[in-house]
Amino acid sequence: MKAWVESLKSGLPGKDVSPLQFFGKHGISVAFVVCVVVFSLASSKFLSADNFFTVVMQASIIGTIALGVTFVVIGGNLDLSVGSLLSFSTVLVVDLHDKVDPGMAIVLMFLFTLLIGAVNGYLIGYLRLNSLIVTLGMLSAIQGITLVYTGGKNVDIADQENTWFAFFGREELFGIPVPALLFITLGIILQIVLVKTGFGRKIFAIGGNGTAALFSGLRRNRLVFSTYLLSAFTTGCAALILGSRVMGSQNNVGEGYELLVLAGVILGGTSLLGGSGSIVRTIIGVLILALIQNGLLLLGYPYYTQWLVTWGVIIVAVWLDIAAKRGKLLSTY
Amino acid sequence: MKRIFAIATKQPIWLFVLAITIFFSFSSPYFFDLNNFSNILVQASTIGLIALGMTYVMINGNIDLSVGATVALAASLAVGLQPALGIPGAVCVGLLSGIAIGALNGIIAWKTGVDAFIVTLGAMIGVRGLVFIYTEEQSFYAFDFAYSDFGSSTLFSVPTLALIFIALTILAHLMLKYSVHGRNVFAVGGNRVAAKEAGIRVGPHMLINFILVGFLAALSGILLSTQMGASTPNLGRNYELWAITAVVLGGTRLTGGFGSIIGTFGGVLAIAILRNGMNLLQVPSFYVLIILGSILIIVLIIDKRFAEQQGQGVGA
Repeated sequence: MKAWVESLKSGLPGKDVSPLQFFGKHGISVAFVVCVVVFSLASSKFLSADNFFTVVMQASIIGTIALGVTFVVIGGNLDLSVGSLLSFSTVLVVDLHDKVDPGMAIVLMFLFTLLIGAVNGYLIGYLRLNSLIVTLGMLSAIQGITLVYTGGKNVDIADQENTWFAFFGREELFGIPVPALLFITLGIILQIVLVKTGFGRKIFAIGGNGTAALFSGLRRNRLVFSTYLLSAFTTGCAALILGSRVMGSQNNVGEGYELLVLAGVILGGTSLLGGSGSIVRTIIGVLILALIQNGLLLLGYPYYTQWLVTWGVIIVAVWLDIAAKRGKLLSTY
Repeated sequence: MKRIFAIATKQPIWLFVLAITIFFSFSSPYFFDLNNFSNILVQASTIGLIALGMTYVMINGNIDLSVGATVALAASLAVGLQPALGIPGAVCVGLLSGIAIGALNGIIAWKTGVDAFIVTLGAMIGVRGLVFIYTEEQSFYAFDFAYSDFGSSTLFSVPTLALIFIALTILAHLMLKYSVHGRNVFAVGGNRVAAKEAGIRVGPHMLINFILVGFLAALSGILLSTQMGASTPNLGRNYELWAITAVVLGGTRLTGGFGSIIGTFGGVLAIAILRNGMNLLQVPSFYVLIILGSILIIVLIIDKRFAEQQGQGVGA
């Protein structure tokens, strides 16, 4: 975080830095500030601690998944299966809550979620298959498994009032909603892992140049495998929040989440080619999407207006990023 | 024997189509029947039309995730505007909307240099927003029965929709194989830099392909709405994933430069036959999802093995 503030200072436009480079580097932070300022001016309800926590809470499910997916993307791969996996994990934890007990349900949910992550990781890490197609196949397969498990019926927790399972989605700790707290805490931990540990550096290395990393003695297979375990783990955490908040689950609750998650990751400036990215920026990216949603709703627009705005924001953000690296606004072909 | 092996390595999906056709013919008395076959073709046409365009886009080294939303936009416009414009006018507007979305995607990908995956991911979210803004979350019904009659009409006792699909498949195959554009699509997908150095205009070819897939997605949406006599704002969800699945099953590589319409047609048929056959066997549709997902991964493993034997990596 401190390094990020430092880099922000050093990159201010001036003699050495063109406006294009500035926006390319810090466009996401600028966009975040612009969003906050515009919505604050437009709606008196926007700028309050209460509303801020609402935004973070809304962002928490997609955001928590995006944390793990950021690792996968930095490692040079994609994970499209997280949406289906979220459905599967949520259904599993909610269904097992009544059948065994809450604690056991959570343990089993994480076990099976990590197992699926391991399958992804084995196919992509060890068999070196194309990650987009493998996770596309897994998206379909996991959706099928979920439906087979439930027989097509939605699941519910019978006694919703008297279970400590409500902690993860419905309660507050130190005046902060637990989902927001979980999301931010996990974000801070993973940012430290990514930036301060050897593991994090290795992920950057395999994403930047896999062959070079392999020849330098990094175990690419194992590292890719671990990124998929991580994205499965954060998806499990998101399922915990979602299941606890809703106290029930539809079979397809996570449908389409994989692409919203990717939208947040991409908005945060993580390159789909791998080798660059940051957890902090992913969090900002996800928060911008949630801010747009929240702000437009407060201004009285129907909820689907946010999708239109998101479209523009994603393309402009990535465009500026690329244009800054290229030094020119338009491409050359 | 050698020839069979050659086909198996080049178009393994057709062996699979053959295998499941034989399997379902023996296991269900209703499967091997001309009526059922034309049924399968009609069911296949929705994803199939999109997959034809997607093949071009993917051979070109791009991808289009916005086709599902385009399906909904075109269908909503084509049904919703009927009271105002009449059927021909509304259908034209629907088709134009697909062309417009494709052109927009193509121009953005061309001029900004942003990866097509990101451009169309944005469009997928945004176009769905457009659909909801236009429809205000309402479903539309076609009150003129001529519209839904078209969806169930036949020509020479073959369903019209199946004929349209077959005709466009042949057209797409010929264009990919024998036109200058088709050749350049392979060249650009195989090696974009080399293609550019050789004087091929990379951008316009990308643009044409995005317009093509936009148009075909719109057509698919409109034909789907003639089958239902209605349109819903959530129409076409996940169709992009199904279309990509069909194209990949057909042997087109995500890295570009390799693929065929015949393979895609096989992939589309494989999905449609599986769905139809398992439906006839009264297997819950859930299992189809698992089987399709597994097949996709198995095809990838086989493809990888063959590529390694021939000393060429599948890449990325």
